[in-house]
Amino acid sequence: MRVELRNITKRFGPVAANKGVNLTIEPGEVLGLLGENGAGKSTLMNVLCGLYSPSEGEIVIDGNTVEFDGPGDAIRAGIGMVHQHFMLVPVFTVAENVVLGVEPVGRADHLDLATARAEVERLSEDYGLAVDPDAIIETLPVGVQQRVEIIKVLYRAADVLILDEPTAVLTPQEVDEFFQIVRSLCDAGKAIVFITHKLNEILDISDRIAVIRRGEIVGSGDPKKLTRPELAEMMVGHPVDFEVARAPFAPGGVILDVKGLTVLRSDGAVAVDDLSLQVRSGEIVGIAGVQGNGQSALIEALAGLTRPVSGQVLFDGQDITFASPRERHRMGIAHIPEDRQRAGLIGTFSVAENMVLDSYYGPPYAGGASIDWARVHTEAADIAEQFDVRTPSVRSDAAHLSGGNQQKLIVARELSRDTRFVIAGQPTRGLDVGSIAYIHSRLVAARDEGDGLLIVSSELDEIMAVSDRILVMFKGRIVAEYAPHETPVDKATIGLAMAGAAA
Amino acid sequence: MTSATEGRLLGRSQIEDLFIVPAFALVAALVIGAGVMLATGVTFSTIGQSYVALLRGSVGSVNAVSETLTAALPLVLAGLGLALGFRAGLFNIGAEGQIIMGGLAAVVAGVALGDLPAIFALPGALFAGALAGALYASIAGWLKAATGAHEVISTIMLNLISYRLLDYLLRTPLIQKEGRADPISKSVPDAAELPKLLTFIDINLRLHAGIFLTLAMVFVAYWLLFRSKLGFEFRASGENPVAARVAGMNAGLTIVLAMAIAGALAGLAGANQTLGVLDRATPGFSAGIGFDAIAVALLGRSHPVGVLFAGLLFGALEAGGRQMQVDAGVSIDLIGIIQSLVIVFIAAPLLMKTIFPWGFRRSDAP
Ligand SMILES: Nc1ncnc2c1ncn2[C@@H]1O[C@H](COP(=O)(O)OP(=O)(O)O)[C@@H](O)[C@H]1O
Ligand SMILES: [Mg+2]
Repeated sequence: MRVELRNITKRFGPVAANKGVNLTIEPGEVLGLLGENGAGKSTLMNVLCGLYSPSEGEIVIDGNTVEFDGPGDAIRAGIGMVHQHFMLVPVFTVAENVVLGVEPVGRADHLDLATARAEVERLSEDYGLAVDPDAIIETLPVGVQQRVEIIKVLYRAADVLILDEPTAVLTPQEVDEFFQIVRSLCDAGKAIVFITHKLNEILDISDRIAVIRRGEIVGSGDPKKLTRPELAEMMVGHPVDFEVARAPFAPGGVILDVKGLTVLRSDGAVAVDDLSLQVRSGEIVGIAGVQGNGQSALIEALAGLTRPVSGQVLFDGQDITFASPRERHRMGIAHIPEDRQRAGLIGTFSVAENMVLDSYYGPPYAGGASIDWARVHTEAADIAEQFDVRTPSVRSDAAHLSGGNQQKLIVARELSRDTRFVIAGQPTRGLDVGSIAYIHSRLVAARDEGDGLLIVSSELDEIMAVSDRILVMFKGRIVAEYAPHETPVDKATIGLAMAGAAA
Repeated sequence: MTSATEGRLLGRSQIEDLFIVPAFALVAALVIGAGVMLATGVTFSTIGQSYVALLRGSVGSVNAVSETLTAALPLVLAGLGLALGFRAGLFNIGAEGQIIMGGLAAVVAGVALGDLPAIFALPGALFAGALAGALYASIAGWLKAATGAHEVISTIMLNLISYRLLDYLLRTPLIQKEGRADPISKSVPDAAELPKLLTFIDINLRLHAGIFLTLAMVFVAYWLLFRSKLGFEFRASGENPVAARVAGMNAGLTIVLAMAIAGALAGLAGANQTLGVLDRATPGFSAGIGFDAIAVALLGRSHPVGVLFAGLLFGALEAGGRQMQVDAGVSIDLIGIIQSLVIVFIAAPLLMKTIFPWGFRRSDAP
């Protein structure tokens, strides 16, 4: 079954999420659809799977123009989609979820679960999708839930499977298993549309690549002939520097001095254990470590959100162990929180409101008791432009921005004022290459201007890309330290330390 | 895209929320109300008569309008307070108790200041009402900030305490009317009364100067919520307390202040009743206004302008309902049913959009 999208345009009000897109999907082939967050990938595929009707253009299956009035029509035509956010009933079993909506019925309109189970078993065997048909969904890891979603689509006899950012929720190991599944589907003659913003993955799995930027297809080609930098440039529209340019390392005095800090988790367990570290002005210290080794508690203590039970934090010689977040903010400490949705932004607030979320209370935004919103809006628009935050207007809700733009908004808020020290937790988690490179360049720029930075990340690549000094955190302690500019260090060595080898 | 959050007065989707949905909800509620009457054996002509009476009693004459407004004022005042609390993420059920404390304090202060000229006595009495409401509500705020006690539970308990406290205080010599054995307060001296406004037309018209107070408070609440630093903190804490704390806002202080301001407005609603309508405090003078005000705040989508209109609607239903009872002999309970149905329908805007597709901007996408 050959599917063609012809000249598809999809508008949401004045915004065109897709503009004149032409795309062909061939059986037995993995089509990789690459694009930054917000490029319009999901929208395009929602059009194809019948969830949205296109504003213009048509869908052609084997030469016949079709019109879908809802996902039911699309699935009957053989097009099924596994959405970015799963749509399973958590308390139902695998088999029940698979047949939901198209239940096989036996005599007297009785739900024929035995047939359903058998069918699930057959599908999972045919395509190497190991699942237990009787398992309850909520007890399954996400990787397995994803297989259930795929089985659901196969059960409905889809020939075209659309997988929207399937790897976003998977661990590296699960990604490998997942790619095997994709291959076996492909070998069985299915057409696969694989959506991602990750360059390595798209090169690994695709037979053909199409790149979408700002709603338009800007390029396509053979993965064997395309390189990472070429793809990245297509995706973001300008060359992407994977190496961040930085000034020579010339640190100043110690700006942050942490002495014997101990922090407990809310359940009383020790999260940070008698930890000491120093950060100098003009230096980026990266903290590497597997998640859950006390990094979050360390950041929270340094940001003034939890009270340490012992130890001391000195900022520029001044004791700030128990200073409030607001006091720290006033001293020039910026904090980019780990969890941007929960702690960094208020989704229902406008971009402008979020831009002043921690600086609304004083000049230039407020004198006396009221906030000068006109001023907030003009300043926020300036800052958004300076920091490349793409938003239709500073009056749009922050929740409507893509993840990359949300994070840029937070970075803009924190770095646009006079800072002396920056705490950043997972500053680029889940972002696309363009945003990652941009945020790294901003963090390095803050260092070049003489700020001290402490960056915590579970992405070792990130730590190695930006840090002047690398500390490895394991079970609440610093277990290893590297200064790459003195002695080069490789990933494997740090990886071992992260696993506790040095402890 | 919301716009009130950035301070523009009303955007398109808010007009839908604040006016179009409630209007259709009212229609739907009246239709079902008629159905209920039919089912209970009320004849068609009586139903027609009763809805005519509803209209006549709420807007059909100067007296009707005066009654509608008089009933609406305390609902709007207390509703504004509740709306502020909702915006700050506080589900304050305690307006009833705050009204009692505010109304009683206003009487006591009014009596004490009664010999002064009205320009001192009246503001003094109103201030006492606001202060008492604020202090009483702050107890729940403080309990939540300091111990995490949930405000729904603590305000319900404070309501219960306030009923008994009122009964008790009305019998104390300082408050009880001289020579009376039953629980009733001294009368509010003229200087501390909210003057009646329409007595030059008819001596019985009850509309009083509380209307100016109420309109001023709508404006103050709007300014506070959308223009002030404090309101920004309220809204931030209400929408996402974690982000608000990370941004350096003081959660405990926000809670206590939001409760206090909500209490002050409810206290003013109480003062509005004792100084403007009742001239005294009696057992049960709060008359459930604090609970109706919850509905008013929800109906008004916690927006001061919305609360104003919701309060007017409820005032109209109340005034019209009395007329319904008089003219058609239909039980006043039916008005209660219609009021509740309005809320149910408002709470289901999607249902309204499905039944009444006109008047809504077509929205694309799921
Ligand atoms: N339902 C919608 N209403 C309005 N705008 C939307 C809607 N869905 C997506 N958009 C906008 O369309 C653009 C493309 O979004 P999307 O297709 O989700 O991107 P991607 O999947 O590539 O990250 C974004 O700018 C997004 O804000
Ligand atoms: Mg998407």
